[in-house]
Amino acid sequence: MKQNYNKPLPKRLLDKFAPTFSEGGKLSWLHSFYEAMETFFYVPTDVTKKGSHVRDCNDMKRTMFMVIIALIPTILFGMWNIGFQRIDGADFNIWQNFWYGFWQMLPSILVTYVVGLSIECAFAQIRKEEVNEGFFVSGILIPLIIPIGTPLWMTGLATAFAVVIGKEIFGGTGMNIFNPALLARLFIFFSYTSSISGETVWFSDARTGATPLGELANVGTTNVSMLDAFIGTIPGSVGETSTLCILLGAIVLLATGTASWRTMISVFVGGLVMGGIFNLLAPAEPQTATELYMSLPAWQHLLLGGFAFGAVFMATDPVTSAQTNCGKLIVGFMIGALAILVRVFNTGYPEGMMLAIILMNALAPVVDHYVVQANINRRNRRAKKSINA
Amino acid sequence: MSKVIKLKQGLDIKLVGEAEKTVLELPIGERYAVSPLAFEGVVPKLLVAEGDKVMAGDALFYDKAHPEVMFTSPVSGTVSAVRRGEKRKLLSIEVAADAKQTYKPFNVNLAKASREQVVAALLESGLWAMIIQRPYGIIANAKDMPKAIFVSGFDSAPLAPDMNIALKDDLKALQAGFDALKKLCSTVHLGLKSGQKSILEGIEGVEKHYFAGAHPAGNVGVQIHHINPVNKGEVVWTVGIQNVAIIGRLFLENKVNMTKTYAITGSQVAHPQYVKALVGSSVADVIMPARIKPQGGGSTFRIIEGNVLTGRKASANDSLGCYSSQVTVIPEGGELELIGWLAPRFHKFSVSRTYFSWLMPKKKYDLSTGLNGGERPFVVTGLYEKYLPMDIYPMYLFKAILAGDIEKMENLGIYEIVEEDVALCEFVDPSKQNLQALVRDGINLMIKEM
Repeated sequence: MKQNYNKPLPKRLLDKFAPTFSEGGKLSWLHSFYEAMETFFYVPTDVTKKGSHVRDCNDMKRTMFMVIIALIPTILFGMWNIGFQRIDGADFNIWQNFWYGFWQMLPSILVTYVVGLSIECAFAQIRKEEVNEGFFVSGILIPLIIPIGTPLWMTGLATAFAVVIGKEIFGGTGMNIFNPALLARLFIFFSYTSSISGETVWFSDARTGATPLGELANVGTTNVSMLDAFIGTIPGSVGETSTLCILLGAIVLLATGTASWRTMISVFVGGLVMGGIFNLLAPAEPQTATELYMSLPAWQHLLLGGFAFGAVFMATDPVTSAQTNCGKLIVGFMIGALAILVRVFNTGYPEGMMLAIILMNALAPVVDHYVVQANINRRNRRAKKSINA
Repeated sequence: MSKVIKLKQGLDIKLVGEAEKTVLELPIGERYAVSPLAFEGVVPKLLVAEGDKVMAGDALFYDKAHPEVMFTSPVSGTVSAVRRGEKRKLLSIEVAADAKQTYKPFNVNLAKASREQVVAALLESGLWAMIIQRPYGIIANAKDMPKAIFVSGFDSAPLAPDMNIALKDDLKALQAGFDALKKLCSTVHLGLKSGQKSILEGIEGVEKHYFAGAHPAGNVGVQIHHINPVNKGEVVWTVGIQNVAIIGRLFLENKVNMTKTYAITGSQVAHPQYVKALVGSSVADVIMPARIKPQGGGSTFRIIEGNVLTGRKASANDSLGCYSSQVTVIPEGGELELIGWLAPRFHKFSVSRTYFSWLMPKKKYDLSTGLNGGERPFVVTGLYEKYLPMDIYPMYLFKAILAGDIEKMENLGIYEIVEEDVALCEFVDPSKQNLQALVRDGINLMIKEM
């Protein structure tokens, strides 16, 4: 068979298989998958038909990919930390720790992507739309926020739940109400509480120990230093431990304008304000877990648990967060404040960030509604004034 | 001098192919055409047949819904063709121009004329079509009394003509035009660019306003929003600055003289420059002196009547309508780009800092018509707001239009915008949606329902 060697290899392959995946071809039921691959390798050659003849070269792939880039420090560190936190006596060096974590992490990344993308492709096929890029981000976020010990079938089930119930029944990317990745974690949390809570699941091998937040709640103290918590050499979900790496990601997201600084900053402000209020209210000699949490310095709250990760990567999801600039400030602040509130009063499950974000996902449209209503009222007042004048 | 209105939102897209500051006057061409399609919402009723003799200013067709609104020939000659499309839809009326032009006389003494006489003269001469109303961006209703008339004295679109050059010889006609507009409505606002000496400074009898900021500062809709916004139930009129001069000539020269200065621009034009030609000239005729660059290796170009943001895709045989004052020629996109969404793309432009355009604020780009991505639902938020200098929540308005919710559209400001105002939103949209077409759909729904 004569090959056209003027074209690069991926193009030749794509062209070769195009008929198979087109309507009438043997694999036409996989057309959405083929199209996703095609647009991955080659920017659609479509030209403008209506409206503006030239367009900005930014697109959804680029936007989503920026989030992945911002996540890289967190992913790499998280993998190393899995190895570092494991306790089976062996004294690993940095690379051994990393590879150990890498192989622990890889199956759960693969499971989320395979399950999630299959469902996305299926829905895209049914709707005759292109596969959206949204899941590229959700698919890596899920393994980062669930405990490393979560069984793979549970990960897969949670992903399926998040994609179908969280996203597709609302109409797909851009229409969902709740952050899909957080829904996956929420699903595991409520459906299999016993298997993911407790003190052991944060490790790849059995070890008695707990996250610093858990220790604070149950034991009353944590021997984790705040420097460890900042750098991230502590137990916890893979992505959440290193505040340093998360901040690196935040810099990428803010410098490129991919995430809203309004949301991100106001989450931290909300957490600090709420923590500060509790500091003032805390008794001089804290006894109960709640009182202990109240007396924890506000800034330390931001370093512990999923607070920073939630603020940078979860709360800023443009689809499920507020959509007006003013709404972003309000919703961000509320997320930060609620997360600390949950930590202090719900010591049985001190990780308040997930619940705070999910709750504010639900309330964001209400906040936006009032912000937009203010605009409408302004317009109506102006009309009245103009008629009376 | 009134205070300067500073606009923070907006964007100047810097493109190669700016017109040289020379104006070439074109002789009368062979063939002129008027297309009803250039007039939004007009259902034409033909008044001439092939072979009829017409003078410049003779009516060719009128609007079925508003029979008083005439559309006239820019030249004298013989109707050489009536082009129709599917279902006999009227596409254009072509007139083969006489070598020696004759004009239908319009004798109205502007100083003494009443409002009714001015309206009647504009309707009969076909120049009424140049008065566009807001809301909706359609030809004004002659029975309305507008709140005010707005004229933008500058064009801020990419590669737009410099009005100081385009209007150089038209000062008297402009003053007469503004005087005529003053007869229609006592308040006439003129928007000028702050910090630039405009030859329009000398115009008398109008309220001048100064705008600072990037495109769309020159859009009349943006200016209206900041001077005296359109509320529900109100109507304002707008006229393009070059058309004010054409209206002025009707009363100065007592004839229809639709001469305009067009900027021939774009990266694919060999000698970008200004040409003076009549409305209705063929695209081929006006581009001829500037010439299109030779195209190599299967690449093609696109001719746009207007600017790259809001213009209409045109072919060489098309005629220029009365609303444009620019022709742009840019390369047609569609080249293969391996994993382009990951590449640095130094030759392309983006407002996103994920690319490098923001590091090269002075660089001029040669942008093609490539869409640079696939169409997606709304995902990114807070972006459109940066390119629409109005107190409007664009995404909420777009969603109201998609939902066909009349009340919401009204509440969220549909009366204040037309397509061109959201052109930049469409340009920057990473979801690649056709927002201008969406806004037109919304406006048409409003017209139907109200």
